[in-house]
Amino acid sequence: MLVWQTSQTINFAQGEFVMLPAFFVLAAMRFGELSFAAALLVGLAVSVLVLGVLFKRVVVDPILRHGVLPLVISTLGLAIFFKEGVKEFYGAEAQGFPGVWPTTNVTLFGAVISAQSLVIIAAALVAIGLLQWFLGGTRTGRQMQATAQNPTLARVLGIPVERMILYTFLVNAALVALASFLVSPIYLAKFTNGELLGLAAFVAAIVGGFNQVRGAIVGGLLLGIVDNLVAAYWSSQYRAAFPLFLLIAVILWRPQGLLGRAEERTV
Amino acid sequence: MKAIWIIAASLLAFGAQAQQTVFMPIVIEVSGNGAVSGTNFRDGALMAIDEINAKGGILKRKINAPVSDTQSNAGISRAQVQKAIDGNPYVILGPVFSGSVKVNMQLAQQAEIPQIVGAEAAEITQMGNPYVFRTSFGQQMSMPKMAAFVANGMKAKTVAFLWVNNDYGKGGRDVFFKEMKERGIKVVADVSTESGQVDFAADIVKMKASNADVMFIYTNEEECARVLREARKQGVKQPIIGETNVISQKVIDLAGETAEGAKGHVGLTADAPIPAVQAFTDKFQKRYKYVPDHNGLKGYMGVYAVKYATEKLGKFDSKALAKSLHGMTITPAQEPGILIETTWDANGDVDRISFLVEVVKGRQKVVEILPKLGK
Repeated sequence: MLVWQTSQTINFAQGEFVMLPAFFVLAAMRFGELSFAAALLVGLAVSVLVLGVLFKRVVVDPILRHGVLPLVISTLGLAIFFKEGVKEFYGAEAQGFPGVWPTTNVTLFGAVISAQSLVIIAAALVAIGLLQWFLGGTRTGRQMQATAQNPTLARVLGIPVERMILYTFLVNAALVALASFLVSPIYLAKFTNGELLGLAAFVAAIVGGFNQVRGAIVGGLLLGIVDNLVAAYWSSQYRAAFPLFLLIAVILWRPQGLLGRAEERTV
Repeated sequence: MKAIWIIAASLLAFGAQAQQTVFMPIVIEVSGNGAVSGTNFRDGALMAIDEINAKGGILKRKINAPVSDTQSNAGISRAQVQKAIDGNPYVILGPVFSGSVKVNMQLAQQAEIPQIVGAEAAEITQMGNPYVFRTSFGQQMSMPKMAAFVANGMKAKTVAFLWVNNDYGKGGRDVFFKEMKERGIKVVADVSTESGQVDFAADIVKMKASNADVMFIYTNEEECARVLREARKQGVKQPIIGETNVISQKVIDLAGETAEGAKGHVGLTADAPIPAVQAFTDKFQKRYKYVPDHNGLKGYMGVYAVKYATEKLGKFDSKALAKSLHGMTITPAQEPGILIETTWDANGDVDRISFLVEVVKGRQKVVEILPKLGK
């Protein structure tokens, strides 16, 4: 979302970006013989370097000048490269990934809630809060927003647009690493995980509104709840279909997404 | 002229070399959702092949067993089996996935090549194919044993059943439901899941809400591990049981402590209290640095079955091999590589002892050894 707004980059390898950091951590533990905590830091650093700096410098910068479509195709190729690379390097089997929190449960008002789920929710809320504060409450964040809204005017006002775009890629890389560390203990680390996560993320972003961060959050929550309610109380066979019905409905009746802003372009 | 003689000599030498091997391609799931099962089967088979080749091969011919990946995809498996048949094989080893075997076994049948598979779907051996041979129990053999355990061992009156929506899962579900009906046990939750599914939160909610006495998990290894992790997350109190996969070593490794206490029936286990099986497990672990599951044993024993039957025939004749395997019993005294006495019936189904196990401290603990059905 951020990357799209600031650089018009549609990244079809976003799911693979979430899959990859878990393998950086596992590789650091296996080959570097590091502790889990140290491996998490290494995984975060490598993610920021590979999925942030290198992605922008090696893939986005040289290709984006040829238009959005070549970049879309490039990110599709990148997704295949990451997937097959992990399969070749680490194996096709799912790998266990240690949890950042033990698998204990707490009982709240008679409901059993896993401590792991609470940690995930808390981490997500903190990440969203920090991101909102960074974007709205800091000078750099406001410059990034200005770059997203109108790069030409931002450049006229003296904002280092290129650097702001790079920051956006770094923030994106750090966020996908966090998502990877939180989700892998439950989903297990596997080279195919990106397919599912990438699709879910795109559907959520379109349903919520592609040009609003809060839209993506609402879209993600809505889809997660609908998916689970349908599977638990109606039909587990049709669970995968419902988010897509929702997607079709949104595209038909509110193409900008539930919280998105309608945009007009001169063609 | 000299060059022509050199080429001719090389071709003759190559021909002589080719004559000294027997072609037994392994068509197996090396990637995709069946990678856990397939790699175990492949590694077990390759270990047996290396042992046999080190001792001079079968009837003095070494085994040539290239591995091709079905990617856990039935269509690709069919193409790979066709490719294997084009190479004029003696026997085809694999695949493990029932859905793949169902679409490629006709090719081996038409070519009259015996196919040693790891698949368990009941209908595979009920389609009148005289060239398909299992290496483990079919569901029609294993599910009655599991149903008896649910009724007598667990004393359950209700059961919640989670299954994977593919040929393996559907076949198991059909046999299990029939067995439950015959025993008067009510299936209070019938939860269908997808192969490769990663999120089982809603499925476990549904099973928990059913208040069943036991939860029966019948899906592939990786999904089993995710189910066990989710069940722990939701504080499931009911016993979790299953047939083979949910208590397999790979699932235990992936699920970690959440697999503790899971129970079930396995046709084969690397932790069987049988010295030959334990020796196999040690060798396997030393070579591959992981504990094999039942599929590792299947691949290993399948190759030794071919070796024994061929040596008994005294010649390489695919058609005669298929004929001789029907009704054959191989004991460890006759062929040590078979590890456990095994009988193939007229349909290609196997019969051997089996095990009730429980996961204790990260390993399968055999609770009871069940006799062969034919005894």
